[in-house]
Amino acid sequence: MLVTWDEASVAERARAFLAEHDPAAMDRLEFLRARFDAGLAWVHFPEGLGGLGAPRGLQAVADRELKGTPDNQPGRIGIGLGMAAPTILAFGTEEQKKRFLRPLWTGEEVWCQLFSEPGAGSDLATLATRAVREGDEWVVDGQKVWTSSAHTARWAILVARTDPDVPKHRGLTYFVCDMHAPGVEVRPLRQITGEAEFNEVFLTGVRLPDPLRLGEVGDGWRVAQTTLMNERVAIGGTPSRRTMMGVVAETWRSRPELRTHDLHQRLLKLWVDSEVMRLTAVRLREQLAAGHPGPEGSGMKLAFARLHQELSGLEVELLREDGLAYDDWTFRRPDTVDFIGREAGYRYLRAKGNSIEGGTSEILRNIIAERVLGLPAEPRADKDVAWKDLPR
Amino acid sequence: MTLLYTEVEEELRAAVRALLADKCSPSALLDRASRTTESDTPYDAELWKALARDIGVAGLLIPEELGGTASREGGASAREAAVVLEELGRAVAPVPYLSSAVLATQALLTAAGQNARGDVAVELLGRLAAGEATAALAVSFAASPYAPPAPWHRDGAVLGGDGTVTGTVTGVIGAEAADVLLVPVRLAQSEKQGTGLCAVEASPAAGEAVRVTPVTSLDLTRPVATVSFDSAAARVVATTDGMEAPWVGEALARGAGLLASEQLGVAEWCLTTTVAYVKERRQFARPVGSFQAVKHRLADLWLEVVGARAAARNAAARLAEAPAAGPLGDDAAVAVAVAQAHCGAVAVHAAEECVQLHGGIGMTWEHPAHLYLKRAKADQIALGTPGDHREALAGPADLPAPA
Repeated sequence: MLVTWDEASVAERARAFLAEHDPAAMDRLEFLRARFDAGLAWVHFPEGLGGLGAPRGLQAVADRELKGTPDNQPGRIGIGLGMAAPTILAFGTEEQKKRFLRPLWTGEEVWCQLFSEPGAGSDLATLATRAVREGDEWVVDGQKVWTSSAHTARWAILVARTDPDVPKHRGLTYFVCDMHAPGVEVRPLRQITGEAEFNEVFLTGVRLPDPLRLGEVGDGWRVAQTTLMNERVAIGGTPSRRTMMGVVAETWRSRPELRTHDLHQRLLKLWVDSEVMRLTAVRLREQLAAGHPGPEGSGMKLAFARLHQELSGLEVELLREDGLAYDDWTFRRPDTVDFIGREAGYRYLRAKGNSIEGGTSEILRNIIAERVLGLPAEPRADKDVAWKDLPR
Repeated sequence: MTLLYTEVEEELRAAVRALLADKCSPSALLDRASRTTESDTPYDAELWKALARDIGVAGLLIPEELGGTASREGGASAREAAVVLEELGRAVAPVPYLSSAVLATQALLTAAGQNARGDVAVELLGRLAAGEATAALAVSFAASPYAPPAPWHRDGAVLGGDGTVTGTVTGVIGAEAADVLLVPVRLAQSEKQGTGLCAVEASPAAGEAVRVTPVTSLDLTRPVATVSFDSAAARVVATTDGMEAPWVGEALARGAGLLASEQLGVAEWCLTTTVAYVKERRQFARPVGSFQAVKHRLADLWLEVVGARAAARNAAARLAEAPAAGPLGDDAAVAVAVAQAHCGAVAVHAAEECVQLHGGIGMTWEHPAHLYLKRAKADQIALGTPGDHREALAGPADLPAPA
């Protein structure tokens, strides 16, 4: 049966679900599992996989109807929701989708991402973690880095090299990695803020059964592109009510004795920049709603990183003596990250990552220049050379 | 309210762009700029006639009942005027659109709404809408909407007891192309410090009483002039007893909001032209556009232009929602200031990058890049500098200045 979902029918389904499932009378996880089974987890996913096959925009209707009921703590499972799930949906087998998507969405199983390596950052396709086939298993050896949630994760999405004899983009394969398997070692990676949001992951003789492979052997780069596209949407596209501009403006208003003419001029310029970025985002959403997604999206993360860095830097300067203090250098492992949380010094240091994580600003400028403006690529030395023969 | 372009706006754009492609090529512009002398108007009268009469761009801000095409119900508005300005900016077209159809028109709309003597304003608006006459507002193009020139200043123009105007105004755009000069005046006869707006016909019959002296200008496609009146016959458009001259302030504020769209057009031409050039131009056996140093600059510029489009569209949409005359509400005033603060700087940056990334050819007279640089730099000063507009935002943004 082909159903065309609209706002009314999704709302109706959510109300019917609530009538049969009283969150007050149920275990939290049982409620979330039932919500998944009712197709109200992510309505744009197919039926049977937590969705209704409805337009993505109707998720807001389901969320509105189910407001106040237990949620899946999306801040804790962002990698699974934003990156693993769309990739599994696009490339997973029926068994993989059935096995992984429900506990991923309910938060019973946390996911992390094993992509970046010490030797492969912007040039991800040059990664060196090896996966060698032995019968029905793959044996994985290598080192991954910048892995958030690795210490809480049950599963990981992993890209590894399965064929070093072909050019780098062609020798990769995508796997689901069992983070409980022998040979997986997770170490916190302390960052400039003092804490460790991320980890290093060492993989030594880790054995993964072939059914954990996602996509074809050698097709890992294409599968990874799906993950990465969703990552940039997740980083650049989330509108939040509290903004860095709002935080700095509050400091400015509450500390009149710190104001100078120089800072005032610079702050007003950044206020204009914030407003222009907001209007750009409004226009982008209008284009999306009208069915004409514009290339403006690729610029949003770039603009966001620059604005965060300039504003947070100005705030520390504004604070003068208070800017010499830092709230806490304790080596902690936070569960979630808030770019505009804590004190000015933290915000300044954390903002430095905004132009590095999820595609550096330099790579984003290349993408804009080549894909939006159509400028020619730089001549490359690595395109038609077997990965094992690349200069190192 | 939408920040996108409507179908009607895109049709208007297509008509204006086609005409400009035909009649306003860069080489024609360069010819005009090279031969312009003091006796030769820098404005293209034929092109202006085609725009004003055939396409009907002159009346986009003038309400239907006064002969224009603006209306609340599906008619034209500041949004359409903004689209015209984008195209005129993209072509740095030497036509008196901003001076006549925006600044002078807004001064008349304000005067018509303000004053019992609206009949003169109404008559003039009808002629402007039909493209039968062209007007210029005799106020410096460098005036800021936040500190409009005071008409009671002793160097300003005066309306004498005999009904004639005397005085000098500098930095006026579009005066050479104008049939009617709208002059803010102080009232010599007034007991109190009254001000007014007068209409002076600039026909050859006026002789020595009205003199328009072109200034050798930075902007070759929209030069400024000094306008002098010596007992010039005038009709009073509006007067007020107070010190305020709302027709000046409103024209400058709304003009600033729409100027952002012209600046967007200038920036777009510069970006598009530069991108095309660096794809073709080869050095070190490869297109210079394949070097990251060049690509990254253009990617940043593209992002600035994307922001300029959002800001300029927002200003146009807010102005379209505002009544035809009267002080702007907070949302519209903020939209205008944000658009000017951003777009003024973006147009200059785009034109500077255009010259730089063209290398040697960008520095020559024969390449049109300089026409855009000169327009962009003059526009940055016009109707309030980016700094003026930023300072005006301190109040609405609640970011007070140091004590």
